[in-house]
Amino acid sequence: MATAKVIPTVPTEAPVGSNSRAFIRRMLPFVGYAVLIFVAFLEITPFALTIANSFKCDPAITAFPGAFVPVPPFGVDCDVRDENGTVLGRLPASAQVDGATFNPTSSGYNQIFSDGDQLPRWAFNTLIYALGITVLRILFDSMAGYSLARLKFPGNRFLFFIILGILMIPGVVLLIPRFIMLQQVGLINTFGGYFLVLGADAFGILLMKQFFESIPGEIEEAAQVDGANRLITFFRIVLPMATPALVALAIFSFQGQWNNFMDALIIVGGDQSMFNLSLGLNQLKGSGQDIQYDLVLAGSVITTLPMAVIFFIFQRYFVEGVSYSGLKG
Amino acid sequence: MAANTASARTVTASSQRGYAKTQEALSGYGFILPAFAILFLFMIVPLIVAGYFSLTDWNGVRPLNVANAYEFIGLENYQRLLVDGRRVDDFYNALKNTVYYVIGVVPTQTALALVLAVIVNQKWLKGRGFFRTAFYFPSITSSIVVSMIFLFLFSNTGPVNGALRAIFPSYESISWLSDNNGLIHNFLGAFGVTRASVPGLVGTEVFNISLWEWISGPSVAMFTIMMLAIWTTIGTMMVVYLAALQNIPSQVYEAAAVDGATQWQVFRSITMPLLRPTTFFVVTLGLIGTFQVFDQIFILNTDATKQTVISVAYLVYDLAFGALSDPQMGRATAAAITLFVIIFVATLLQRRFIGGDRAVDE
Repeated sequence: MATAKVIPTVPTEAPVGSNSRAFIRRMLPFVGYAVLIFVAFLEITPFALTIANSFKCDPAITAFPGAFVPVPPFGVDCDVRDENGTVLGRLPASAQVDGATFNPTSSGYNQIFSDGDQLPRWAFNTLIYALGITVLRILFDSMAGYSLARLKFPGNRFLFFIILGILMIPGVVLLIPRFIMLQQVGLINTFGGYFLVLGADAFGILLMKQFFESIPGEIEEAAQVDGANRLITFFRIVLPMATPALVALAIFSFQGQWNNFMDALIIVGGDQSMFNLSLGLNQLKGSGQDIQYDLVLAGSVITTLPMAVIFFIFQRYFVEGVSYSGLKG
Repeated sequence: MAANTASARTVTASSQRGYAKTQEALSGYGFILPAFAILFLFMIVPLIVAGYFSLTDWNGVRPLNVANAYEFIGLENYQRLLVDGRRVDDFYNALKNTVYYVIGVVPTQTALALVLAVIVNQKWLKGRGFFRTAFYFPSITSSIVVSMIFLFLFSNTGPVNGALRAIFPSYESISWLSDNNGLIHNFLGAFGVTRASVPGLVGTEVFNISLWEWISGPSVAMFTIMMLAIWTTIGTMMVVYLAALQNIPSQVYEAAAVDGATQWQVFRSITMPLLRPTTFFVVTLGLIGTFQVFDQIFILNTDATKQTVISVAYLVYDLAFGALSDPQMGRATAAAITLFVIIFVATLLQRRFIGGDRAVDE
């Protein structure tokens, strides 16, 4: 009885199953594209809206944040003036926006650039912080990584485990002690303090160590036999071979410091002239409820622009760097 | 004669080798010295200093070189933090918010990143580079810029509310970043379950916070910040997964195809196990990052939402530097040390569950 029931169901169900499976397989690309396009839309739109709204006067930003197509006339004046040039009030939103289109203004950018020269100063500071740390880390991290990977000395393993352990220390624990220490030696709110505290990092050392272990050591050994000084061998022969890892390290360091907020808040947050762009942006936002979105959005665009340019030029290295560190991690 | 020369040769050779060894050891110390000095001074010493000050009543204002700048009070800071009563700015409140944040963000971003990576890795996909770039781009922007963008997007008059109103005409604007109501509280409220109908949950306290508040879930404001975190991070995590996927040899899949495995079976029993070290890495990164969430909270918390938004890391800052009239360095460092222990334990726990090491050994 039982077998009689089973036998007829097998031939009828099998084709249906494989048909639906084939159908699912045919549909997969459509679903896949739909998901990717949807997520890409979610990831890109905020930036597009930020850029578009950074070119609007503040009444239009709050009234019509969705208008994103710039149309001439460009360079609209956000103040309404009478014949004598006296300011009567802000340009009403409806005068700047029409449906999805708007007449762009540079008002937000003009304001942040004219506001006591602060923004150029912050941008300059950010560049110095990011470049300085990048150079220091390329130098110190690669030397330390090389030492751990290639040179035999008592305590090598022990130092490696200490550096591995340092990765686990959350930055927030270090905030207050670092502040106290820098204050005691008078390096708070200085470039020197910033460089000193962040000049080497455990992640970079481990990245370089991994890399040096992955390349053969014969060339340096040959140089060593020739009696070349170890320091010369390192800079002339070893470092040039390490270019891929150094590029990844440079990108991580530069990006990390360009965007750094928490460390900067503690180390240089007490003196406005030492701010980086992130601290400056927080300053532009103000602490009140009335946020001047034209300033904040223009500042956001200015802060992001240099990193975006670097990203689009060195895109390959960004992605390779992440996957490189990820695989090794 | 012959024996003499031979032994002389070995002596010079071994002394030369000894000299080379010493040379190498000295270079080893020399090469690591600059980096290690920095790490020692600004990573290890601060950790010890933090532990030290967490046992004192120093307020951060009294100069340290003055006598009686601070006193040892033993574990009193920890006692006040972890055992005694609760205020809005108290530790358990911040911990509750942080735990919601971690639980909401880490699994979501890991799962989404994996799904995206699997799709982007498909052979039939065109425009792989475009999608990878689009997903990765937010990761290069600073957390402060991203916070500013979300502040604008989710403001009462912002594009998100505008878009929702356009799609659903009956939509009533949500004040995303200033709404303290819990998500689950709102959900239950829709079914008529409110504070008043569950007195037992309101009355019972776990870690000095009523059970009802725990169950209420993250507030709408916190949920918005969680979306921000996921939005920013999935790109990085996706790139990590994608690299791991591309490292799986194609023979593995060919063998599975010969055996007649379905795509789902292949994913379940081949891809997922092979990705285990990557998952371990992504989850570890996620845990460490989310437990320390600071920047976004710093920008997006307001007096109104402080209670449901502040994280432990922000509480540390707030106790030490925020309340200018009443700074409490001792308590702040105690909170920081406690966070350190929590992150440490969380990492160990997930090592047990996901087992990164074991997976690597396999």
